[in-house]
Amino acid sequence: MRDEHARAYWKANVRILTTLLSIWFFVSFVCGILLADFLDNFRFAGFKLGFWIAQQGSIYVFIVLIIVYVFWMDRLDARYQTNSKAASLKAANRESNTDEEQPS
Amino acid sequence: MSSVQLWTYLFIGLSFGLYIAIAIWSRAGSTHEFYVAGGGVHPVANGMATAADWMSAASFISMAGLISFLGRDGTFYLMGWTGGYVLLALLLAPYLRKFGKFTVPDFIGDRYYSRSARLVAIFCAISVSFVYVCGQMQGAGIVFSRFLEVDITTGVIIGMTVVFFYAVLGGMKGITYTQVAQYCVLIFAYMVPAIFISLMMTGNPIPQIGFGSELTPEYGGGYLLDRLDNISEQLGFAAYTEGQRGTQDVFFITAALMFGTAGLPHVIIRFFTVPSVRAARTSAAYALVFIGLLYTTAPAVAAFAKTNLMNTVNNAVYEELPEWFFTWENTRLITFDDRNGDGRVQYVGDPALNELTVNRDIMVLANPEIAGLPDWVVALVAAGALAAALSTAAGLLLVISTAVSHDLLKRSLMPQITEKQELRYARIAIFVAILIAGYFGINPPGFVAEVVAFAFGLAAASFFPAIVLGIFYKRMNRQGAIAGMIAGFSFTAFYIIYFKFIAPELSTPAHWLFGISPEGIGTMGTLINTAVALTICRFTPAPPRDIQQMVEEIRLPGH
Repeated sequence: MRDEHARAYWKANVRILTTLLSIWFFVSFVCGILLADFLDNFRFAGFKLGFWIAQQGSIYVFIVLIIVYVFWMDRLDARYQTNSKAASLKAANRESNTDEEQPS
Repeated sequence: MSSVQLWTYLFIGLSFGLYIAIAIWSRAGSTHEFYVAGGGVHPVANGMATAADWMSAASFISMAGLISFLGRDGTFYLMGWTGGYVLLALLLAPYLRKFGKFTVPDFIGDRYYSRSARLVAIFCAISVSFVYVCGQMQGAGIVFSRFLEVDITTGVIIGMTVVFFYAVLGGMKGITYTQVAQYCVLIFAYMVPAIFISLMMTGNPIPQIGFGSELTPEYGGGYLLDRLDNISEQLGFAAYTEGQRGTQDVFFITAALMFGTAGLPHVIIRFFTVPSVRAARTSAAYALVFIGLLYTTAPAVAAFAKTNLMNTVNNAVYEELPEWFFTWENTRLITFDDRNGDGRVQYVGDPALNELTVNRDIMVLANPEIAGLPDWVVALVAAGALAAALSTAAGLLLVISTAVSHDLLKRSLMPQITEKQELRYARIAIFVAILIAGYFGINPPGFVAEVVAFAFGLAAASFFPAIVLGIFYKRMNRQGAIAGMIAGFSFTAFYIIYFKFIAPELSTPAHWLFGISPEGIGTMGTLINTAVALTICRFTPAPPRDIQQMVEEIRLPGH
């Protein structure tokens, strides 16, 4: 039982990583480098779009990606911990130790 | 003594006093405290400490300057040094925290159940950190020599003494809390002049927006970036917002900086200091927010500084140039050679006519003066640059010291030593490392950011694949990992040494492998490492049962 849970959890985890890293790759390497010259044809305010993505936009996207990751993983952890008794018992013990350190 | 100097002494004195006070308050009593600050650092504090650890003299002093000379190509520093954080946060930090030891060689050694793997990792960690720490010391030297007009040697010795004090006394605990203070100092010092200049030039207080706004009438109106493109082209330089380097080179440099970021041992060990896996994830998010603040400001600073520089100096009468020009000229970081003897500065793209050379490292430091900001702002930048250099130096020195005392002595050579002895060795190691770093600070090997860029290439080619494969590929074994690390590291080191030291005259796109510059070769090293590891692994036995068990354990949720 526990093995199955672990496998399902890992699969879900890898899915999250694949989604987020695809966006990471697309924004930085594809839009910021490979397509930058093409995107420079579009402008907003004083920025050319490709230039803006390369020097500003990509960084904002990176921040958003990590924040989304934190939330998704918290949700995933919560789901799998309630499913697995042994894990949740162990987790509960640890949680009470760390609670003062980080309010959730 | 000038007013700038008085302010500088005041700010540096106050900030150093603060760091020493923190060091005394947070002395380390055990190896656990010395190596990972007792493992109880709050995610926000760890986020700030990581940001300060991470943002080095190169980020603070050199990056905006490099971007202002590279224009859009400077992007690889921006995306590379922030995008790598996504890899670190998603692929490494949570799992290494779950693993729960002290150092990167710890992980490599345990995961690959081998002393040779541990030794290779120790070697890589020490060489990467040394390359990197030299850049920091050199940055500190530049600041001291310019702002306090002491010679570089004295400057470096002052810096070393302060780092020595809190790193030796407090270990990771002292370093963590001083880094929190250093983050506050450095971000304040970076933002204040940026906001001032943005307000002056565009009327918008937010540099990230001012960067894309119209200039105020005194600066000639029109969009800042358009104007920058125009003057650049008029003077015979390339347009600022257009790329000059080959696309594949930019691609590879960006990737090398990203993989390197994720593989830097001094950044990775920061995630061993938080109380849980969840806290490791959260603190990675905080860290990138704190880093992003500086990194989105830097390109704006670069554009402002370049516009200002060209407006001020080009065709100006030499005798009438402002004060700052001559102070920087004294440090020889600006040189002017009146070739046509007309007494005016010609700053143009054509090397045959150009009369002015500006060292890239001074753009951020000189920027407030060029823009004519008040003296206290100029001095603040000096304190910020020192905070950036010292915080990173401390983190690196700790990696070197733990690599020696913990990985090399305790885990490899003399497992019988007691914790007290181990702690003493850690302190001795940090002391020796400081002396060596100080030596390189006084006899610097090259440009700050360039030197640092090599550290990234080496980290990318050695650690990144070994750690990622160790977590995501259960079948990866000792033979594959060791061969991969050695192949990746030596290929990258050889390529860099060849083009930078043996035959620098050949270092042109025509001679580079696939048009990839030495800065970007780390990506190739990463690929070679991975390919070699996967191939060797196929022909050698799978790792033992308990190691596979351990990998499964690392992947499990929570705590």
